[in-house]
Amino acid sequence: MKKLLKSIYMPILAVIIAIIIGSIIMLVTGFNPLSAYASLFIGAFGTLPNIANTLANAVPLIITGLGVAIAFDAGLFNIGAEGQYWIGAIVATWIGYSFKGLPWYIHIPFALIAAMIAGGLWGGIVPGFAKAYTGAHEVITTMMMSYVAIYFSHYLLEFGPMMEKGSVPQSPLIKDSAVIPTILRNTQLSYGIFIAIAAALFVYWLMYKTVWGYEMRAVGFNQRASKYAGMNVPLNIVLSLSLSGIFAGLAGAVQILGVQHRLYDSFTSGYGYTAIVVALLAKNNPIGVVFSALLFAALGTGSQYMQLNAQVPGQLADVITGLIIFFVAADKIIEVLKSMFKKQKKEELAS
Amino acid sequence: MKEILLNPQLWSATLAMATPLALPALGGTFSERSGVVNIAMEGIMLIAAFFAVLFAHLTGSAWLGLLGAIVVGMIVAVIFAWAAVTLTADQVILGMAINIFASGFTAYLLNTIFGFSGTPTDTPMLPNINIPVIKNIPFIGQILSGNSVIVYLMIILIFASNYFLFHTNLGLRIRAVGENPEAAETAGINVIKLRYLGVALSGLFSAIGGAYLSIGLLNSFSTDMSSGRGYIALAAMIFGKWTPFGSFGAALLFGFATALSMQLQNSAISKNIIMMLPYILTVLALVGVGGKSVSPAADGVPYTPKK
Repeated sequence: MKKLLKSIYMPILAVIIAIIIGSIIMLVTGFNPLSAYASLFIGAFGTLPNIANTLANAVPLIITGLGVAIAFDAGLFNIGAEGQYWIGAIVATWIGYSFKGLPWYIHIPFALIAAMIAGGLWGGIVPGFAKAYTGAHEVITTMMMSYVAIYFSHYLLEFGPMMEKGSVPQSPLIKDSAVIPTILRNTQLSYGIFIAIAAALFVYWLMYKTVWGYEMRAVGFNQRASKYAGMNVPLNIVLSLSLSGIFAGLAGAVQILGVQHRLYDSFTSGYGYTAIVVALLAKNNPIGVVFSALLFAALGTGSQYMQLNAQVPGQLADVITGLIIFFVAADKIIEVLKSMFKKQKKEELAS
Repeated sequence: MKEILLNPQLWSATLAMATPLALPALGGTFSERSGVVNIAMEGIMLIAAFFAVLFAHLTGSAWLGLLGAIVVGMIVAVIFAWAAVTLTADQVILGMAINIFASGFTAYLLNTIFGFSGTPTDTPMLPNINIPVIKNIPFIGQILSGNSVIVYLMIILIFASNYFLFHTNLGLRIRAVGENPEAAETAGINVIKLRYLGVALSGLFSAIGGAYLSIGLLNSFSTDMSSGRGYIALAAMIFGKWTPFGSFGAALLFGFATALSMQLQNSAISKNIIMMLPYILTVLALVGVGGKSVSPAADGVPYTPKK
C-alpha cells in the first residue's frame, strides 16, 4: 500500500514542480501564468467538443503507451515506437483503400490485425532478435528502425507507390467500409476509444494475471535469476518487443481508420515519443497509462487553445512535458530537496 | 550518376553535412567511454543552435555567439550529469526529457523573443576559410578550401581527441571508468569526477555542432533544426566503434548519404531510399555484420562510489 501511494504521489509531485517551473518561465517572458493555465484547461475540458478532442488525442497515446510499458516491464526501452506506429499506419491505409466491397466487420478487423502483425514484426524481428541473440542495444536498433520506417513512408508517398494522383504527397482516402465511425459529430472522437480501453484492460490481465506476463516482468526484474529459474530469456525479450510493436502498430491503424482516413507525408506524428513519456509517468501500470495519456492529450489540445486565446506559444506544453519526465526520472531530487529543507530547519532551531 | 560523383559540390556538401554529425559523435565517444549514454546531445545541439543566434544577434559577433552557445550547452550537460551521475537516474530517460524540453523551450523562446517572423536576417555568421595553395588545386581545392571555420576546427578536434583518449593518462582513466568503475576506483581514480568530464566534453562538442547549424551553415534558427542529428551522431559513434577516427569516418559516410540525396532530387533512385541506408548499416554493424561493435562494458550503468 505504501509502495502504491509512493508510485502515485511521486508522479503528481513531478507534475506540480513542472507546472511551477512553467509559471516561472511565463512570468520571465511576460505572460500571466494563471490566465494561461486557465485557458489551457478550458481548451482541454471546457466544452463537450473540447473534451471529445482531448479523448481522441488520448487514443493513440494510450495504445502506444501500453506497448512501450510492456517493453519497460521486461526491462527493455522501445524508443522506436514512432516507427512501429508508422508501419501500422502504412499497412492500415493500404488495406483501407485497396480492398473494395468488403463489409465493415471484415474490412476493419482485417486492417487492424494486419497493422498489428506488421508493427509486431518491425519491433520484434530485428530489434528483438538482435537484442536476444547478439545483445545489440534495443534503444539504438529500435531508433534506427524508426528512421527507416519514416523514410520508407516518405518514399511511398513522395511520387511513390502509395501516392494519390496529383501533386500532394498523400495516400488515397480509405474506403467507407474501413472507417471507424465518429461518436460525436465535428470532433475527432471515434469508437477507437473503446479499442484503447479494451487494450488497457487486456494488457493489465496479460501482465498481472497470466504466466506470460509474469515471466516477462521477471525477465525485466532480473535476467540472470529468470534464466536460473528455467525461463527462456531470449524468447521473452523477443515476445515483449513484438508485443510492444503490435500495440504501436494498432495505434497507427486506429488513428488512420478513426481520424485521418489517409496517410499524410509529415515527418513525425510525435505519438511514439509522447507514448514513452506516458508509460514513464504511469510507472508502466496499464490503468495508469490511461490517465497519464489523458494528461498529455489534455496538454496537447489545451496548448493549441492557449496559443490562440492567451497568446502564449503552445510549445510551453513540451517544456512542461520535458520537465515532468526529468523529475520522474531523477526522483532523488525530491530526497535532496527534503534533506536540504531539514538541514535548514535544524540550523534555524540551532540559532 | 558519374556526373554527380565528379561534381565537387557533392563532396564539399558531404564535408558540410558530416561536420554536425562528427562533432556530437566525438562528444558521445567521450561520454560513453566514461560510461554515460548521452542521448541529450540532440537537445544540447538544439539549445546551442538557438543561443548561438541569440548571442550573435545581441553582440553583433558570431564568435561571441559561438561562445554563448558553448556556455549554455555545457550548463545543460552539467545538469544532465548531475541527474545521471550523482543522482544515478536512468540516462536514456533523462536524455529524452532534455530533448523534449529543448524542443519546446527553443520554439517557445523563438516565438516570444523574435516573434513569428523568425530570427533577424542580419545575424552574423562564422567565417569561411580559404586555404592558400590548396585553394588553387582544381577539384580538390573546391572541396577542401572555403569551408566554415568549424569544419577545420572539427578536423583538429578529431586528431586531438584521438591523442587525448588513447595516448594520455587522463584518457586512459576515462576509458577505465567506462569499462570497470569498481576496479578504477580501487586504483584510486575518482569515477564520478571523470564521468562529469566525459559528459561535459560531450556537451562542449554538441554545442559547437549546434552552433555550426545555426551560425556556420546558415545565419538563422528554425524550430527543431537539429532534426535528429544528435541521435544519428550516436549511430555514427557506434558504427565507428567508439573511436574518434571511426566516428569521423562514419559521419562522412552518413554525410555522403545526405549530400547524395540532395543531389538526387530528380533522379530515378529515390532520395528517401538513400537516406535509409545509414540506419540500416548501423543496425547491421550492431548485430555483428562485418566486425561487431561492442560498447564499453559499464556504458549506461550508474555507479555509486563504495565509500
